[in-house]
Amino acid sequence: MMTLKVNGQDNQIDADPDTPLLYVLRDDLKLNAAKFGCGLGQCGSCTVIVDGKAVLSCVTPLVLLKGKQVTTLEGLGTVSAPAPIQRAFMEEQAAQCGYCIAGMMMRAQALLLRNPKPTDAEIRAELQPNLCRCGTHMRILRAVHRAARLMDTADASANARSGQ
Amino acid sequence: MNAPVILDRRRVLQGGGALIVSFSLGRALAQEGSPAGAAPKRPGSLAVAPYLDSWLRIDADGRITAFTGKAELGQGFKTAFQQIAAEQLDVPFEAIHVVTADTQLTANEGYTAGSHSMQDSGTAILNAAAQVRELLIAQAAGRLGLAAENLRTENGAVIAPDGRRLTYGELVAADLLHVQAQPQSKLKDPASFKIMGHAVPRVDIPAKVTGGEAYVQDMRLSGMVHARVVRPPSYGAQLVECDSAAVERLPGVLKVVRDGNFLAVIANKEFQAIKAMNALAAAAKWKESQNLPKQDDLLNVLTGLPSQDSIIFERSDPSVSGQKTLEATYTRPYQSHGSIGPSCAVAHFVDDAMTVWTHTQGVYPDRQAIAEMLRMSPASVRLIHVEGSGCYGHNGADDVAADAALIARALPGRPVRVQWMREQEHAWEPFGPAMVTKLKASIDGGGRIADWNFAVWSNTHSMRPGNAGTLLAAQHMAQAFAVPPPKPLPLPEGGGDRNAIPLYTFANARVVHHFIAAMPLRISAMRGLGAYHNVFSIESFMDELAGLAGADPVEFRLRHLEDPRGRDVVEKAAQEFGWKQDRKPPPGRGYGFAFARYKNLAAYCAIASEVEVNSETGRARLLRAVAAVDSGQVVNPDGLTNQIEGAIMQSMSWTLYESVSFDDTRITSIDWQTYPILRFDAVPDRIDVHIINRPGQPFLGSGETGQGPAAASIANAIAHATGKRLRDLPLTRKRIKDAIDA
Amino acid sequence: MAGMARSPRIIASIVAVALIVGAAAFAVVWRPAIAAIERPSPASFDPAVIKRGRELAALGNCNSCHTRQGGQDFAGGLPVPTPFGVIYSSNITPDPETGIGQWSEAAFARAMMTGVDREGRHLYPTFPYDHFTNVTDEDDRALYAFLMTRPPVHAPARPNELMFPLDQRPVIAGWKLLFLRGETFRPDPAKSAEWNHGAYLVDGLAHCGSCHTPRNALGAERASAQFAGGEADNWRAYALNDRAHAPVSWNAESLYAYLRNGWHPDHGTARGPMAEVVSNLSTVSDRDVRAIAIYMADISGAPKPESDRGAVLAQVEPASAQADAAGAAIYAAACASCHESGRPLPYGGVNLALSTAVTSPDPRNLANTVLSGVAAVAGERSPIMPGFADSMTDAQVTSLLNYLRARFSKEQPWTGVEKTVADARRSQTALLQSSVGPRNAPADPSQRDQP
Ligand code: FES
Ligand code: FES
Repeated sequence: MMTLKVNGQDNQIDADPDTPLLYVLRDDLKLNAAKFGCGLGQCGSCTVIVDGKAVLSCVTPLVLLKGKQVTTLEGLGTVSAPAPIQRAFMEEQAAQCGYCIAGMMMRAQALLLRNPKPTDAEIRAELQPNLCRCGTHMRILRAVHRAARLMDTADASANARSGQ
Repeated sequence: MNAPVILDRRRVLQGGGALIVSFSLGRALAQEGSPAGAAPKRPGSLAVAPYLDSWLRIDADGRITAFTGKAELGQGFKTAFQQIAAEQLDVPFEAIHVVTADTQLTANEGYTAGSHSMQDSGTAILNAAAQVRELLIAQAAGRLGLAAENLRTENGAVIAPDGRRLTYGELVAADLLHVQAQPQSKLKDPASFKIMGHAVPRVDIPAKVTGGEAYVQDMRLSGMVHARVVRPPSYGAQLVECDSAAVERLPGVLKVVRDGNFLAVIANKEFQAIKAMNALAAAAKWKESQNLPKQDDLLNVLTGLPSQDSIIFERSDPSVSGQKTLEATYTRPYQSHGSIGPSCAVAHFVDDAMTVWTHTQGVYPDRQAIAEMLRMSPASVRLIHVEGSGCYGHNGADDVAADAALIARALPGRPVRVQWMREQEHAWEPFGPAMVTKLKASIDGGGRIADWNFAVWSNTHSMRPGNAGTLLAAQHMAQAFAVPPPKPLPLPEGGGDRNAIPLYTFANARVVHHFIAAMPLRISAMRGLGAYHNVFSIESFMDELAGLAGADPVEFRLRHLEDPRGRDVVEKAAQEFGWKQDRKPPPGRGYGFAFARYKNLAAYCAIASEVEVNSETGRARLLRAVAAVDSGQVVNPDGLTNQIEGAIMQSMSWTLYESVSFDDTRITSIDWQTYPILRFDAVPDRIDVHIINRPGQPFLGSGETGQGPAAASIANAIAHATGKRLRDLPLTRKRIKDAIDA
Repeated sequence: MAGMARSPRIIASIVAVALIVGAAAFAVVWRPAIAAIERPSPASFDPAVIKRGRELAALGNCNSCHTRQGGQDFAGGLPVPTPFGVIYSSNITPDPETGIGQWSEAAFARAMMTGVDREGRHLYPTFPYDHFTNVTDEDDRALYAFLMTRPPVHAPARPNELMFPLDQRPVIAGWKLLFLRGETFRPDPAKSAEWNHGAYLVDGLAHCGSCHTPRNALGAERASAQFAGGEADNWRAYALNDRAHAPVSWNAESLYAYLRNGWHPDHGTARGPMAEVVSNLSTVSDRDVRAIAIYMADISGAPKPESDRGAVLAQVEPASAQADAAGAAIYAAACASCHESGRPLPYGGVNLALSTAVTSPDPRNLANTVLSGVAAVAGERSPIMPGFADSMTDAQVTSLLNYLRARFSKEQPWTGVEKTVADARRSQTALLQSSVGPRNAPADPSQRDQP
C-alpha cells in the first residue's frame, strides 16, 4: 500500500513497487488520458506531469513516486471548464485519432509552466520525444502557441482580478 | 456523448412511438438481397441497405439518430455525417446523434476503407435525410390538409404558412420511415446550407483533450480482466514446449490459455498480465524456420516470384512515335501502419453469445471471421465498433479482436480486455506490401509523351477478414484455419494496380499488372494501397520525362492532362505555391510537384513542395507543402484540411524513413528504435491546403488522396535540390548521401 | 568584476605567467597576414580530392565543433565551455566575410599547423592544432578542397566570453611556446603500415587525445599521461591505455566493431560526445577505421586474463545485503526490463556488468546516461533509452548508482556520488541545449532482435 497524490488527491495504491505509473493511473485509478503506446519510453503517449516535469509514465515505476505530485490531463480541466491548453487544442481542432494528444498536451503544459513564451524551435525541441502517426503535428504546434497566448491572457486577467 | 454508445435492442424498442431500427434477421436479409436488377441504383450505400430507417430514426420525443455502418477512425466523418443529416433534415447540428458500425444496429457497409465513407455512407445519409424530410412534409401535408409545396421545415418541425407547426416527433409514426429509398432525392440547394460546408468542430475532440473515455483502449466493463497474448517469435514457428505451471501461480493470474500455437494469459490487473506474459514467453520454446526473403533485394525477390499477368490498359496510335526514350525502375519496401496505440479489443462471452468491442474497420466481415473461428453462428456473435487509435488500413485490430474472443471464450462471464504490446503490433500487423514498378516511355518531337509502358509487381492489398484464416489466432489454433488464397482487387479501384493507369492522355500506352500470389511477409491494406507507390512512380517519372523534354514539370503535366478538374487542382497548387518556370531555389533546396486523382475516381490532389537537403549528411527536410484538393461537395472544410495535412505528413514519413526490416527468420523492426518515423524536428515550417469546393457535386473520398502525390512531390524536390534521382523508397538520408557522393 | 575576484587564484597566477612569457615571445611568434584571395571556384577542385577531404573532415570530427544546434553545417557558433570561459567555434564555410572564403590553401595549412588564422591572429587551442601539426600537406589540401566546396554560410562569429587576460590573443602565443611541439608525425618502421596509418590518424586529425588524455592546469595535454583518460563536455573520456577500466578487455576486433557500428555487445553503446564521433566514423572507409582500431588496441596493451565476457558475467553476484535497497528497487523497476530483457545490443540494454560506466572510477558517465538517456536519431534506426532526469531525484539517482556499482562491479564504492549527480544534472541540461548530437545513426539495423 502506498499513498500517491494524483490531481491533488491522495490515493491508496495496492500495487507492486515496480508497477509503472501508467498502469496505476489506468487500472487502479481508472483514468483515461495517459495512454499505452510502447511501454518502452519511445513514443510519449503516456506522458504525465510529476512535480512540474513531463515524465513518461510507462517507464516510471511506483517506487520513484513517493511524496511526489502527479498531474494528468484529467487534472487540468474538463469539457465544460477546460484549461487553456485544452481550449487551445479544441480551438485548433488539433487531433485526428487523438491517441497521442494527451501526451502531447502534458509535455507542452510542462514546457509552458517553466517557459511561458516558448519559441517555435523550443516547442519542437520539447516535443521531440512524442510521436504522432496521424500527422497532426502542424496543428499541435499551433495549439501549443495558442495555449501560451491563452495562458498569458488568463494570467493577466487573474492578476487583474486579484488586484496585482 | 463520446462514450461508446451501446444501444441495445431492448432500449431501442422501449423508445415508445419510435421506429424499430434493430436489425431483425429478416430485415437484414431483405437489405442484403435486393431484387436482382429491377430497381434503378440508389445512391451510396442505400444501394445495399435501401430502407430509410436503416439510416435514420426519429423518436417520439424528437430525438434523431443517424446510423452508419462505417467506423470512425479519427478521420472525423462522424461529425461530417451529423452535419449532413442535420442540414438535410433542417434541424440543429446538436439534434443529431450518430451511431457507428454495430452488427446489431447498423447496415452492413463492409469495410471502412478506400476513402469510401463519404461516398458510401455520407451519400446514403444525405439522400436518406432528404427523403425523410420529404416524407415528414408529406405526412404533415396530410394531417394539415395542405399541399406539400406550401410547407417548409425548420428546426425539427414542419411549418405551415399560417404558422401551424408539427414537430418531427409528432409526425413520425411506427412505420413511416420503414420504406425503401427512392433513387432520386430532393436535395437542398447548396447555396442555402447552414451546416454543411462549414467548419464545425469535431464532436469527438472534447473527450480526447480532457481524458474522457474515447477509445476501446479506455473501456472498463464491470468485472473486466486483462489478457496478453504470447506470439510466436516468427511466422510459422511451432510451440514445442511450454511449462506454464509457474506462470499460473503468479499474482493475479487467472488462467493460461493454450490452443496449439496460440498462447495467452489472463490476469486481474493489466500489469500482472504483462508480467505473466513475459514469464510465459520465457517458458515457451519454439521451433522456427528460415523462410523470409532477402530484405535488401526486394526487386529481385518480387520480380522472381510467379505472377499472374494482365494488361489492364492499352491504347495505341501507330501514327505517333517517340524519339527519345527513358526507362526506370522504382521500388517500395514493406511498411508498417504503426498506430501509436497498439491494437486492443474487449470481448465478453455470456450464455453462448459473444460480444466484441473492437476498432476493426469492418464489423460484419470481422464477425463472420470470428464466428467461423469459434465455430459459432454469426447471429450469436456481435461486433461493436469503438474508436481506437488511428489505423491507416488493416492493422492488428481484427487480430486482437479474434484474440480477445478466443480468450474470453475460455473465461465465460468475464469481459476480457486484450491489448497488444508494441513489439507485437510491429512484428505481427499485416504490412503494406512491397512493390516494384518498371516504366518506359518516349517523347516525340513536339515534347509530348508518345508511348508509355508501366508494369507493376505486387501482392494483393487486402487480406482482410471475412474468412477465419485471415486471423492470426485462427492460424495459430491447434485446428488451424488456412490463410485463404489471395485475390487481386478488381478494377477500377484495384489493389496493387490502384492508380497504375495514368490519368494523363498518351497516344500509346500499356499498363501491365503482375499479381503475385505468394506472400513472403504478412500483408494487407495500408492507406492508399498500390496508389502510394504507383503515383510515386508515375509522378517521379513524369518529372524525369519533363527533364528529357526540357519542359517545366507543371506545364509538362498540363500538356498531358485533359480532365478539367485535374487541371484545376494542378493550376491551383502551382499558383498558391508560387511555382514559376525555371525559378531557382536557394542553394541546397529544391521544388517538387505531383498530382493524382485517387483511384482515378475519388478526390483530386496536387501538391507542390519545397525540400532542403543537407549535402553533408544527406538528410532531407520538407520545408513547406502546398496542396490543392477537389473532393466534390465539401462537408467540413476544416476536417478535410486536417486529413490532407495528415496525409502529407504521414506520406513524408513513409517516403523519407520507413521500411520494415527482417532477417531470414524474424521481423526485426519491432519498435520505434527499429522502425523510426517522423519526429518533430523534421516537421515542415508550413503546410497549406487549398480546397476547391464543388457545391452540389458528389462527395469524393479524400482520406487517402494525398499519400501518392506527397511522396512524388518530395522525391521530385529532392531530385531538384541534388540533381540526383532516387527511385527506391524510402529516400533515406544514407541513400541521398550516397547519391550525392556518387 | 565581482566575478573576476572570485575566480580561482591559481588561474590568475597562471595567466600572469603566460602573459609575461607570451609578451616576451611576441616578437618570435608574430605572424604576418596572408593575402586574401577570391574564393576559388568549386569546379577548380579535383572531385577525388574533395571526397577524401570529406572523409578526413569526418575523421577530424570537424562538424561536431563547427556546427551548432539549429545552425548550418560548419558555420560555427557552438559554445565550447573551458575552465577559462566560453569559446565559440568559428565559421569554416567558404563565406568570404565571415568564413574562410578568402583563405588561400597556404593560409589554411598554416592554421592547421600553427594555429594562426589568415590575418595572423593566434587561435585558441580549443582548435586542436597541437594534433593537426601531424596532418600531412596532402591531407590538408584535401580538407581545404572539401571545405572550400561547401555551401558558403554568412554567419558572423560570436565574441568569446573569456576572462581577462585570456581574451588577449597574444597570450596564446605564450601557451604555444610552452606546449606546441610542432612536430610532424613520423612513422615507426618497426610497426605495420596499418598500425602507422592508425597512429597517424589518432594522433593527428582524429585528435583522440584531446579528450582521452588528461590536461594540465593550462589546458594542455599531459604528454606523460597519453590516453590515461580525460574529459569532454562533462563526460569522462575513458582511459584508452593499459589502465583502461573496461570489464572486458578491448582488442582490435572489438574496437573496430565499436567504432564502425557505434556499439559492441561486450561493451555497450557509444553515447555523449563519443556518439558524435562514431556517427562521423560511420561515413569513413573501413580502412581508416580498422587502422585506428589496430593502433588503439596496441596502445591498450595485452588483454587481461580475467576479463573475457564469460568470466566477467560469471562474477556478477546477486545483490549483496549491504547494497543500497532503494537503488535495488529502482533498478528492478526502471532498468531491468530493458537491461535484462535478453534483447541483444544495440536495441536491448547492455548487461551492466559489461559497462565501463559502472567500473570507471568516475560515476559521471553513468549519471549522465541515467539522467539524459539516449535520444532517438531523427529518421534513423537508432537505440533509444528514456532519460530519468525528470522522474528521479538526485537522491534516487545516487541510490541507483551506488547499487549498480556494488552489484555489477568489483570496485570500491564511489564517493561523492550525490555531488556528481547534481553536477551532471546541471551540465547535461546545458549541453542538450547546444549540441547537435549524433546525426547519423551508428547502430546496425540488421541485428536480430527478440520479439
Ligand atoms: S508508452 Fe510510454 S513512451 Fe511510449
Ligand atoms: S492524432 Fe493520431 S497519433 Fe496523433
